[in-house]
Amino acid sequence: MYLWMAKGRVKVFEGRCKSCGLCVAACPMKVLRISERINDKGYRPAEQFKEGCIACKMCAVTCPDVAIEVFRIDEV
Amino acid sequence: MKEVRIFERPRSMADVTTHYCPGCTHGIAHRLVAEVIDELGIQETTVGVAPVGCAVFIYNYIDTDMYEAAHGRGPAVATACKRIRPDLTVFTYQGDGDLASIGLAEVAHAANRGENITVIFINNAIYGMTGGQMAPTTLLGQKATTCPLGREAKVNGYPMRVAEMLATLAAPGYIARVSVAKPKFILEAKKAVRKAFETQIAGKGFSLVEILSTCPTNWGMLPVEATDWLVEKMIPFYPLGEFKVPE
Amino acid sequence: MGEKVLMKGNEALAEAAIQAGCRYFFGYPITPQNEIPEYMSRRLPEVGGVYLQAESEVASINMVFGGAGTGERVMTSSSSPGISLMSEGISYIAGAELPCVIMNIVRGGPGLGGILPAQSDYFQATRGGGHGDYRLLVLAPSTLQEAVDLTMEAFDLAEIYRNPVMILGDGFMGQMMEAVEFKPAPERKLPDKRDRAVGYRARRGKRALVKSLYLDPAALEAHNMKLKAKYDLMADRETRHESYLVDDAEYVVAAYGTTARIARSAVRLLRDEGIAAGMVRPITVFPFPYAPFQNLGSQVKEVLAVEMSCGQMIDDVRIGVAGKVPVSFFGRVGGVAPTVDEIAEAVRRLRKS
Repeated sequence: MYLWMAKGRVKVFEGRCKSCGLCVAACPMKVLRISERINDKGYRPAEQFKEGCIACKMCAVTCPDVAIEVFRIDEV
Repeated sequence: MKEVRIFERPRSMADVTTHYCPGCTHGIAHRLVAEVIDELGIQETTVGVAPVGCAVFIYNYIDTDMYEAAHGRGPAVATACKRIRPDLTVFTYQGDGDLASIGLAEVAHAANRGENITVIFINNAIYGMTGGQMAPTTLLGQKATTCPLGREAKVNGYPMRVAEMLATLAAPGYIARVSVAKPKFILEAKKAVRKAFETQIAGKGFSLVEILSTCPTNWGMLPVEATDWLVEKMIPFYPLGEFKVPE
Repeated sequence: MGEKVLMKGNEALAEAAIQAGCRYFFGYPITPQNEIPEYMSRRLPEVGGVYLQAESEVASINMVFGGAGTGERVMTSSSSPGISLMSEGISYIAGAELPCVIMNIVRGGPGLGGILPAQSDYFQATRGGGHGDYRLLVLAPSTLQEAVDLTMEAFDLAEIYRNPVMILGDGFMGQMMEAVEFKPAPERKLPDKRDRAVGYRARRGKRALVKSLYLDPAALEAHNMKLKAKYDLMADRETRHESYLVDDAEYVVAAYGTTARIARSAVRLLRDEGIAAGMVRPITVFPFPYAPFQNLGSQVKEVLAVEMSCGQMIDDVRIGVAGKVPVSFFGRVGGVAPTVDEIAEAVRRLRKS
């Protein structure tokens, strides 16, 4: 049903993530979650755990730590 | 297949981890300011004024010339800088203790003189750095460490609506209230921050953007709960919108 | 140059500042210094400068902070209660090592006090006034000509030491009229104003950060020690005083500012009576000229500090004299100046006791 939407990928800079979860709540596709890993500050960073990112950037827009980059995947 | 980066850290934002608590929305407001500085191409000619409060270290995060002002005095510092160097873009970044309490005179008079500066005003209804004391913006009934049973109008008066109050003055060019609680609000907030800087660059006088923000730590909430609380409790009392726009 | 003009003290101070290159003034009205901002509001626009009346002394001094951060010559003026309000900002200016000039036309206190001349803010001026371990370079002229000359130098000194400089006057000096001549200050090598100022990022290739917060105790200690080294350097290089008939004096009056003018007449009167009186007059009160008191001759029997206060500078005089001879005090307060006869009589009493 999302065929007309862009495909994307979320990159989380894990060392910057403070595990606040705002990105997880912001994601309309529910492809983000808090991981089980622990970063060097003691936080469990967010991760994209499944396909389905539509490159909407809402996770990055809401990330208070600028810990997220978003890529759009273009079919060439 | 080709990957195109469509969201990255603004150039004016230093590549460091902030000291803010998890979920604190100061970081979002910082990023919006940095994005606008980048978009307007003014990094080299912008001067920021840091407040006293959690955001005092904004100069570690926004990479422009910066002053660190005494508590509440940012608009006075910015006034002189801009009067002497009208070619620079000058902004203050202030919390609600800094701006609405101790620094109310400075911001009100800078606004009233129509100083051609931009004020980014973070309203999170509490004192953050000192540990969650009542602010002039604390909502009625809201608990803080200095009103443990909740703010009461009889004792502490009512929360102060700064944007509306300053919008009664003749001189200001642009006054708006926005929020960074949810992505849709953040996109609107970005537009307002940009308009505020553009107002200054066009020489149209004082501009202020009040940004409703969360303080999960001192509100005693999880970050996502805090954003919900802001939407449910703060926005009804502090309506979003533009209160003054340049002619 | 070379021409003497009759001017009111406050206006002469303001004109001297303009001739010294000051183009930016931020202030708030308070008696007895109002002619300074009034003069500035008229003159500064004529020379391409900016005069701005702030909403309070608190705002004025923070405007000075912001203005000084641009590297330009900035000043404010006030009187005692106003300086109290500015003390917070002065502390930040000293902490951030910004140059500026502050004129303090002292009036009587405490509280609202009165509007007449006093020297009751010596402690406030020389011990900092605000919080933290900092000092101002404090120049205490005695005549209008000296006030003009010191003002011409004050901006250079502020830039050299990156420190606020205070001109410590009093209500007499502000309100009296006298003939003055505006002479350029001796030339000094000055730092480039763009070195640390905001607004020169492209040129310098590095941003400017004007701040006074050092949360790391080691960093704050280093900053404090750096400031102390600067104050020590001021003491080495900038300490000034005038010795008047001290070489053979048995009784030495210590006085500064307007009081020293009156004391000079008293010394002359006493000399006419055959009493060996003399005077040491500090011109800088921070750094204080301890040496002339340390080096008083063995013929000196007693030192008399004369002030328009209940005794403030006398503490520094005692430090200088270091117990070698007694130090006594005569003062009038509340806006009352000591007369020549009163000072002379105070010295005569020393002889009898």
